[in-house]
Amino acid sequence: MHEILIISGKGGTGKTSVTAAFAHICENAVICDLDVDAPDLHLILQPQPRQTTEFISGFEPKVVAEKCTSCGTCEQMCRFDAIKVGDEGAVVDPIRCEGCGVCVYFCPEKAIDFIPKHCGDWSISDTRFGTMAHAQLFPGEENSGKLVALLRTQARELAASEGASLILSDGPPGIGCPVISALSGTNLAVMVTEPTPSGIHDLERVVELCDYFKIPTSVIINKCDLNKTIAGDIRTFCDKKGICVLGELPHDPDFVNAMVQARAITEFSQGSTSQKLREAWQRLLQQAAESKAA
Amino acid sequence: MKIAIASGKGGTGKTMVTASLSVSWGSRVVAVDLDVEEPNLHLFLKPDITGSRDALMEVPQADESKCNYCRECAEFCEYKAISVLGSVIMIFPEMCHGCGGCLALCPTGALTPTHRKLGDVSWGTSGQNRFLMGRLRVGEAMSPPLIHQVMTALKQPDISAGIADVLLDAPPGVSCPAISAVIDSDYVVLVTEPTPFGVFDLRLAHQAFTTLGKPMGVVVNRAGVGNDEVYGFCSQAGLPILAEIPYDRAIAEAYAAGEVIARISAPMTALFQRLAETIRQAAAPAKEARHA
Repeated sequence: MHEILIISGKGGTGKTSVTAAFAHICENAVICDLDVDAPDLHLILQPQPRQTTEFISGFEPKVVAEKCTSCGTCEQMCRFDAIKVGDEGAVVDPIRCEGCGVCVYFCPEKAIDFIPKHCGDWSISDTRFGTMAHAQLFPGEENSGKLVALLRTQARELAASEGASLILSDGPPGIGCPVISALSGTNLAVMVTEPTPSGIHDLERVVELCDYFKIPTSVIINKCDLNKTIAGDIRTFCDKKGICVLGELPHDPDFVNAMVQARAITEFSQGSTSQKLREAWQRLLQQAAESKAA
Repeated sequence: MKIAIASGKGGTGKTMVTASLSVSWGSRVVAVDLDVEEPNLHLFLKPDITGSRDALMEVPQADESKCNYCRECAEFCEYKAISVLGSVIMIFPEMCHGCGGCLALCPTGALTPTHRKLGDVSWGTSGQNRFLMGRLRVGEAMSPPLIHQVMTALKQPDISAGIADVLLDAPPGVSCPAISAVIDSDYVVLVTEPTPFGVFDLRLAHQAFTTLGKPMGVVVNRAGVGNDEVYGFCSQAGLPILAEIPYDRAIAEAYAAGEVIARISAPMTALFQRLAETIRQAAAPAKEARHA
C-alpha cells in the first residue's frame, strides 16, 4: 500500500484543489484531510459521516475555588503566563495554557484538578470518490499533531479493512508540528508550488524537511505561467535535487469555478489543466512504485 | 498599536498586504514576520539585517550518576519527553515544551537545564521602517515558543524605540501558532478571498479570534473571482470590509516578481493608503478600550 501526502510549505498554492482532482482520478483509495486546523477538502468532497467521534487530548487545569489559598505558587511556576492569582484566587488563561500540569503538581493545597480536554471532532465518511477520514480541530486549540496522527492511524485501518491500495492525504501548510506528524509513514510527498518568491523559498524549506525525514518527494508547479524565470528556477532546483516534476499547471480560473460548484476540476472540465492532472497522476503512481521498490 | 494580519486559509495575501501596508502607513512601523515556519515578508521588504540570535528553549539533561530512577519526572511529563526504564533514563528533547516541571521536581538534582535550538530571530531596517522576523529550524516542530521570542525581541530598543505602530504578519491557520501571533495585537486584519475555501477558513478565524476578544476587519483579496458568499458572511457577523483588492493578473504577476503591490500603480498606492487610514481609525478606539 502507498501513502501519498500533498503538501506545499506555503499556503494557497493549490494543495486541496490538486488533492480533490487526484481523489477523483484515483481508484481504490482512502482519502484523508490532514489539515485539521483549516480543512477545506470536505467542501469539494461533501462527505456523509458514518461516524463522528470526539477528539479528547491533553488536559486543562481547573482551580477548585474553595481550596485555593491564593499562595501564588502556580503563578510563579508557570512558564507560559497562563495562571494568575487575584483576589478571587487563581485563574487559568486557557488560551495561553500548554496543559503541562506544573500548576497541578506544585499546588500545595492540591486545589487544581486536571480535566481531559475536548479539542475537536473526527469523522469517517462516505464520499463520491470513496471513504474519507477527516477532522476539525476547534478554533484556537492545540494538539493538531496528535489529531493528525490519529487520522493517519484511522486511514490505515480503513485501507486495510476495505482492501484499498492507496491513502491519499491533503496536508497542512508550513513545516511545523502537524506537517511533521503528517509526514510520518508517508511513502511519497508531493509538493505543490508556484513560481513566486514565496513559493520557491517555502518549497526549498519543505524539501529540506522531507530530506531530514528521508521521505521521497516530487513536485507539481501550479500557476506555472505567472513567472517564467522563477518557474525555471524551480525546475533547476528540482533537477539538482533529483526531484521529479510531475506536472506544470497553468494559472487556470477553472480551479475556482470548479470549487464554487463543489467539484474537482477534473469533474468540472475536460480542458488542458484536467488533462495535465491526469498525466501527473500517472507519473505520481510510477514514482510511488519506484520509491517503494527502492 | 499592534496590527495583526491573519487569515485562516493560507495564500490569501497576508504577506502582500503586510508589505504594502508597511510602505503606505505614513509613519515608521516595525514590520514583523511571525510566520516562522515559512517566513516570506523579507522576500518583499528586502531588509538590511543588522542583528540576529539563536532562539533557544530550556530542556532537561540527566546526570546519570545522580539519578535514582524514581520515575517522578517521567510520570509527570505530559509530553512523554522523559522515559525511565529500569535503570536507564532517556530524554527526548524534541518532545519537550519547556515547562520546567521536571527540573523543579527532581528529588536528587539529576536533571539540569540545557537548550534546544528552535530557530533564529533576526532584525534590521527596510527603508525608513524597522524589520523583525523569526525563522524556525527545519525539523523543529514547535513554532509558538519561537513566536513568543520574536514578540519579546520586539521590546528591544534597537528594534522598536520611537516607533508607535507594529504590523504583524501572522501564520495561516487558527490553531496555536496563529493564536500566539495574534494574542498581543490590538486589532486583527483578516485577509480572505471570495471562494468557498476562503470563506470557510474566514469563519474559523473569526470564531478563534473572537474568543480572544479581538476587534477585526476584513480585506477581500482577488475580489471578482468565486462568489458573493464572503459578503453575506461579513455582514451577518458584523465584520467591516476594510478594502477590496481586485482580481487582476497584473497584480499576481507583480507579486510573482517580488514587488510590493502598493508600489505598482497609482490606484494601488491610493488603495493601500486608504486601507492604512481605515485600519488606524478602526484600531485606535479598540486599543483605548483594551487598555482602559
